[in-house]
Amino acid sequence: MDFSLMQRVFPFFVEAALVTIEITVLALILGLAAASLAAAAKMSKSAILRTIGTVYVSLFRGTPCLIQLFVLYFGGPQIGINLEPFAAGVIGLGLNIGAYMAESIRGALVAVDRGQTEAARTIGFSRFQTLRKVVLPQAARLMIRPLGVNTVALLKGSALVSTISVVELTYTAQRFIGSTYKPFEIFGVAALLYMIMVYAVARVVDLLDKRFAIV
Amino acid sequence: MQGLDFTVVAPYWDLLLIGAWWTAVLTVSAGALSFVGGILFAVIVLYAPKIVAYPVRALMWVFMGTPLLLQLFLIYFGLVQIGIDIPALAAGIVGLGLHFAVYNADIIRAGIVAVDVGQTEGARSIGFGKWQTLRHVVIPQAIRNTAPPIGGNLIALLKESSIVSVIGIAELVHSAQLAISETFRPFEFYITAAALYYILNLVLEAALRRFERHVEVSR
Repeated sequence: MDFSLMQRVFPFFVEAALVTIEITVLALILGLAAASLAAAAKMSKSAILRTIGTVYVSLFRGTPCLIQLFVLYFGGPQIGINLEPFAAGVIGLGLNIGAYMAESIRGALVAVDRGQTEAARTIGFSRFQTLRKVVLPQAARLMIRPLGVNTVALLKGSALVSTISVVELTYTAQRFIGSTYKPFEIFGVAALLYMIMVYAVARVVDLLDKRFAIV
Repeated sequence: MQGLDFTVVAPYWDLLLIGAWWTAVLTVSAGALSFVGGILFAVIVLYAPKIVAYPVRALMWVFMGTPLLLQLFLIYFGLVQIGIDIPALAAGIVGLGLHFAVYNADIIRAGIVAVDVGQTEGARSIGFGKWQTLRHVVIPQAIRNTAPPIGGNLIALLKESSIVSVIGIAELVHSAQLAISETFRPFEFYITAAALYYILNLVLEAALRRFERHVEVSR
């Protein structure tokens, strides 16, 4: 092990890890938005909206994220979509994780006891009021863990954007291997930074889950 | 804008099907490894002496905290650094298999803990040894109860297997890339590859449903 090499490259890796965080946060925001829309569409009364929601979730969950990124970044220009690697990475990751998060959100909404809705409607709450004041507050707690699992998957999955030349943590590691031929040291540093980020997110999810637990 | 023309796919159809075949081979072999490895890791973490259990737990911790892509690079390029030159296909199967073995181990461990203690007591009192109890009574029940999430991991494995194209394994993505390098038609070929993944996914899901029903009935 060449520790001085690890020390020398460390600052570059921290900078690259910040890009990984940036991509993850942006894709998370996009993913949550897409997921909320998709979950609402899947549970709506309109058959067209239900179909759109179902098709989106099924297509994005049924194919590899890597292929989705490739279609968007390499195939996009053929249909008039020209994106920078960073933008393509954020959009691709966001739409992919959105499909998984849609199921997490829907699962939590469905898990709230039906009696809650019935009772709220009986005492005169409108459909929207029931959702807003009764179902969502209860479902939100149930969503924390599954959405947290999705977020951790997103963080690790963000390594995929290195294949469309976004200069983040994995891409930086590959570049340094090209110049140093020291895979253990280089990947060791990258792995360490990923683990810090992953277990930090997992810890936050744990804390949130405990903080908002019903019992 | 180039416009789309899916007829360019036709001459490369065989190449894509061969790629899909190798994706299936990768999924089955890495899936088998991840299943056996998952049981092994779970048993080690629960029952082995600390000197064995701790390194395995550390390995699981590292594998769960880092991206699969990085693990594949490390296995493929790292082994070369220490003088072990394994073929890309083997590195891909081992990488995918280990990655998902760790996730399966976590599930199976919980499954083993959840098996009623009366089962163990019953087996022991009719004369089963510790190992026999585990092998014939506890683990079969744990596997049966955790079949759905383990199946979910296999489906994830199918999709994640696309990543091994980066170390040059000739699977579906790699086939598409080959065709694109000759035709410069990324959209058509990646969409076709996506469709093939979707079909493989449907087939696997149907097979898992059948298997789960079978397990359910024999309960």
